[in-house]
Formats: sequence, C-alpha cells, structure tokens
Amino acid sequence: MKAFTVVKGIAAPMDLANVDTDMIIPKQFLKSIKRSGFGPNLFDALRYLDEGQPGQDTSNRPLNPEFPLNFARYKGAQVLLARDNFGCGSSREHAPWALEDYGFRCVIAPSFADIFFNNCFKNGLLPIVLDAQIVDRLFQAMYAQEGYELTIDLPAQQIITPAGEKIGFDVGEFSKHCLINGLDDIGLTLKDEADIHTFEKRWQQQAPWLFEALN
Amino acid sequence: MTGKTLYDKLWDAHLVKMRDDGTGLIYIDRHLLHEVTSPQAFEGLRLAGRKPWRISANVATPDHNVPSETVERSAGVAGIVDEVSRIQVQTLDENCDDFGIKEFKINDVNQGIVHVIGPEQGLTLPGMTVVCGDSHTATHGALGALAHGIGTSEVEHVLATQCLIQKKSKNFLVKVDGKLGLGITPKDVVLHVIGIIGTAGGNGSAIEFGGEVFRAMSMEGRMTVCNMAIEAGARVGMVGVDQITLDYVKGRPYAPKGAHWDQAVEYWKTLHSDADAVFDRVVEINAAEIKPQVTWGTSPEMVVAIDALVPTPESFGSVAQRQAAQRALEYMGLAGGQPITSIKLDRVFIGSCTNSRIEDLRAAAAVVKGKKVATTLTQALVVPGSGQVKAQAEAEGLDKIFTEAGLEWRAPSCSMCLAMNADKLLPGEHCASTSNRNFEGRQGFGGRTHLVSPAMAAAAAIAGHFVDVREIDVREIV
Repeated sequence: MKAFTVVKGIAAPMDLANVDTDMIIPKQFLKSIKRSGFGPNLFDALRYLDEGQPGQDTSNRPLNPEFPLNFARYKGAQVLLARDNFGCGSSREHAPWALEDYGFRCVIAPSFADIFFNNCFKNGLLPIVLDAQIVDRLFQAMYAQEGYELTIDLPAQQIITPAGEKIGFDVGEFSKHCLINGLDDIGLTLKDEADIHTFEKRWQQQAPWLFEALN
Repeated sequence: MTGKTLYDKLWDAHLVKMRDDGTGLIYIDRHLLHEVTSPQAFEGLRLAGRKPWRISANVATPDHNVPSETVERSAGVAGIVDEVSRIQVQTLDENCDDFGIKEFKINDVNQGIVHVIGPEQGLTLPGMTVVCGDSHTATHGALGALAHGIGTSEVEHVLATQCLIQKKSKNFLVKVDGKLGLGITPKDVVLHVIGIIGTAGGNGSAIEFGGEVFRAMSMEGRMTVCNMAIEAGARVGMVGVDQITLDYVKGRPYAPKGAHWDQAVEYWKTLHSDADAVFDRVVEINAAEIKPQVTWGTSPEMVVAIDALVPTPESFGSVAQRQAAQRALEYMGLAGGQPITSIKLDRVFIGSCTNSRIEDLRAAAAVVKGKKVATTLTQALVVPGSGQVKAQAEAEGLDKIFTEAGLEWRAPSCSMCLAMNADKLLPGEHCASTSNRNFEGRQGFGGRTHLVSPAMAAAAAIAGHFVDVREIDVREIV
C-alpha cells in the first residue's frame, strides 16, 4: 500500500449527496480480476456520454462537458470534496481502487458509508469527515479560485488551505499508523496469532458445531 | 448492570481482544465467497505466501456473473458467452480448487445467490459471525447472526487470519408493532422503514428489527428485511432467535445434528436482546400505517405508498434534498405530482437476494395465475434464488403458472438486480423490480428501477403499470 504522509494537491468537487459505489464504478468493470486499472472508468456514467465497456480504450470516448472532473481546472486533482453519505451501497472495493487509480489520495465529506470508509484505509486513500458547514466552506473557496489546492498533513491531522487556515480532523490511531507507514494490516493482525489460537480453542469447546468439516 | 442487546451478545462472544486504539479483533465463523470480490484477495494471499487460516470456515459459489438464460447456462462455465464474466467464474473455481475451499459450482443443484444458499443449506446459523465481500450479507442477521459485508482487502484478511478488525457499532432498534394489513409484505415493511430513517439513517449502527411484526414474520420475510438494512446505511440487520428461527434451521443439510443440535439450541435461545437492554436509538412504527411501497427515485429512501403521487422537489425540506429529488426525477423521466399508478413499465424483474425465495415466488405466482402479462411489456423475468428454490417451485408447479402467464422462468443468479450477466435494462426503460437498489444505472445503463414487493411486481406485470395489489384478485395456489 502507498504510504500517506503529507499530500498537497488540487481539490475537485463531487457535489452530490448519497454518491453510491455504482456511480463511483459501474458494475461492468467489476468483472476484472485485477486490483488496478479502474481509474479511466471512475464515475464512468457521469464522466462519459456513452456506455463504457471493460477493456475499452477510453481515450476516444465522448466526454460529458458538464462533469467537473472533465474541466481543465481540476486536472490532476488529488483531493475530492464530497457531500453526505459518500460511498453508500455496495461493498465493492473497486470504488476506492478506482479513486486511487485516478489519482485521488483523499476524500473530504461530512459523512461516509461505513463499508466504503473502511475500504479506503486499505488502499492508501484517506477519508476525512468534517462538519458539513466546513465542507461547504471548502466547496465555496474551491469554486471561487482556480487551482485551489489543499495540503493534507496526516501526521499533524491537519488540512491547510491556500489562505493558510488550518483545519484539524480525526482519524483512528491504528488506521493512521498503517497509512503513514504503508502497512498491510494482515501482517499486524498475525502478530496476535497466539491470541487468535487461544480464542479459537475455547470457542471450539463452547460451540463445537461451528467447527465441523464441510463435505 | 443493564441487560445486553443481541448485537452486544454476539460481539462479546466473538471478541478475541480489544486493541489499544479501541477497535476489537473479532473472530469470524463463516466466510462466504463469490466470484466478483474474491479474485484479488486470493491473489494477495498467494503473493504473500499465506494460507487460509481455517479452510472449513469458507464456502463459495458463483452468482453475479452466471447466466440466467437456460440454454446458455446448460453448458456450464465454458458456455458463458461474455468472456470477461467467464474468466471471473473460472478464476473462482480455480481458487477454490487450489485452496481446497468448498464451492457449489455453476450447475450444482445447491448453487445459488450466496445470501439465499447460506441459510438454506444451514451454512449460516444463529450466533455465527458471517462475512462476505458483498453488502447484502446483512441478510443472514435474520437468523440471529452477526453478519455484514466487507471489502476485498478484508476478504483477504479473513482468509489469512479468521478475524476482522472492527469498531463496535451503535445499537439501533427498529420496532414495528401492530398487525400488517392484508397484502402488506416484508418488502413493504423494510421500504417503509428506509423511507422513514433515510438511506444514511443507520450509518455506524447495527439495526435490530423488533416488535410484533417481526416476531410473526417467516424466516424468508426476516431475510428480506435484514437484507435491506444496508440500504438504510446499517451494515448489520438482525432479528432475535425464537421458535420460528429454530424450526427453520432444524434439518438443514449443514445444521448441527444430535447432541450438537441440543447444545446449539440451548445457546441460541439466549440470542435475543434482554428486556432491560439499552439501545442508542429506537424508532417505533405502527404496522397499520404501512401500505404497499414503490420507489420513484434513485435512492431506496425515495419511496412512497402505491396510492401516493410522485413528490415534487419543492415538497422537500432542505436544498440538498430538493436538488437530489430534481436530479432523480429527471433521471427517472417522471414529473412531480403524477400518480404512482400512472408509471408505465417496460420490464419486470422478480428475483435477487432480497426476494427470490420460495415464499416470494409463491406470492408472485398467486397474483399472475390464470392471467397474462401486459402486451406493452418487453420482458418479465422470474429468477429463483437457488437451485433448491428452483426445484421446489417446479415441484409446486409455479414455473408453469409463470410461463403460462407469459413470464420467463430462469436459472439461479443475481441477474437483473445488478446486470452483471446478460439481463439488463436498456436506457430509459422502467422496471418493477423486487431487488434492493434503484441507483442510477444499477440495472443497466440509463435504466429506471422501481423497487417493490414480489406481489406488487407481479401485479404490475399483468397491468403494465403499477397497481395496488390489495385491489386485485389473488388466486389460491397451494
């Protein structure tokens, strides 16, 4: 996983509440057995005017001129500003894979759907929850200034605006540690291997029917 | 000391350890796998040189990509026309064969939608922790299990460690008391609940469905309700164990037998919230208020009763809601103020992990028996949730009732719920669907989904537009 310490990048808008994971990456692209290459199909149905197919070269497809990510001013954006309940719906991890593959490192929203929120941390993508009024203020500032960049300082848990304003944010201690160090949490869980074995042994005595072989 | 909720009991029973940061390491009893969210997890396991922790905890089946069309289906994996889909199903087969994981392959009589076959086979049981790389895993909570969807990285984590790192959710009780009116189904109950609490209402919470309505509900009905907890934002939906649960589980192929059964039942009988348990939030609903539900928009919370009008954007409180309603109406090609019954349909889909069990098919068959699908309809599909449901329905003659009425009888798969196989809507088409999501493009690029119960979908298939199922003649079929 790509480590996340300090990221400074253009902010782009996804100015809609309840953006679902079908919208982030439509189902036809879920047929891939790979983890990478989803970026060109991020927000596919909103970004292009035609229906996308897996494996298709997207460079010749008609772009939706009204979709912000197609505006020159948001090219190369790394921070996505979003609204309430971002990432609702399916558990597909292809959603954070697509955002990350496109180049996003951080999504800021007043709230996220639970499964999407968890999935982000496994992929070097930082979801930040801020008060709705603060998010709204960031939206307005971004709209008002072309090339609006935000600095996301994860170790300091701060967002720094172009005007120099510092906005603090919360992040789980363990998630922060994994992101900063680019750590795979399976390796960390396996450090508790002895505890898992102890639990499993006791649980098997209490609920032996759960441990029968499947024929 | 105050009592515990069902969720507290299940969490405590599976807690390996609390970690320093306040999250818990939770032991997973059952891990269900399907072809879409598992290939990258198996690849990760191989790259790291890891083995599954406990093979017998895992069960797999292909469901999202498998064809429902019977001729294409009959040739098995090799016969899947869409090459990308075929490779994904083949990859699941190879991964399960390599690691020795139990799999119900494409044309096994026990194959089906993963959330239908789990309870049906007794592979998911009361008191279990159940996970799957699929958000509708909440379904299994109907058994009094702690079940929720996970992402692919967590699929790999569970394979490798048999555990998940979890933050404990809040306890949320949705209580529906009173008696449901005639023709009101579990689907109407859950859509009504989502309409009240909203699509993000359950974020951060585990929802327990309590009250007289759920106590009286069949297991299939409870599964429909828990299945859609995620559409209210809650990863977990659950119903406490009672005699209905035990009667359902008893005798299932993988359910415990003999002394293990008695031991299990003794434990399972404790799996309900204590009378003095405290919930973080409680919503109470009167069953008598619930009417047949139809969604008009692009989020499951955009739902009204059959006798209502499509709402106007101005009728919503906040600017964000008004904008969302405006966008949804444009996408759906509807006008605020038009009656729900005036929405003309192009297709009807009866199936999905929400509504493809035997009771759902019986309810739909009772409505269409002796009638004909409207000539204005392009297609009406009935897709049973599993090979076992299909066999049962055929033994009861339901397939004949459907085909004589002009509906197509298909093979078990997720089908048009998310259109990963060939079953999909064309741009602009309206569909009465018994599935769980009406998101933009969910059932096909530009497709327009209306979520309803099986009986309402069947009634709409006959009329060609939405009708109130309470006002039509329903035949006795059994």
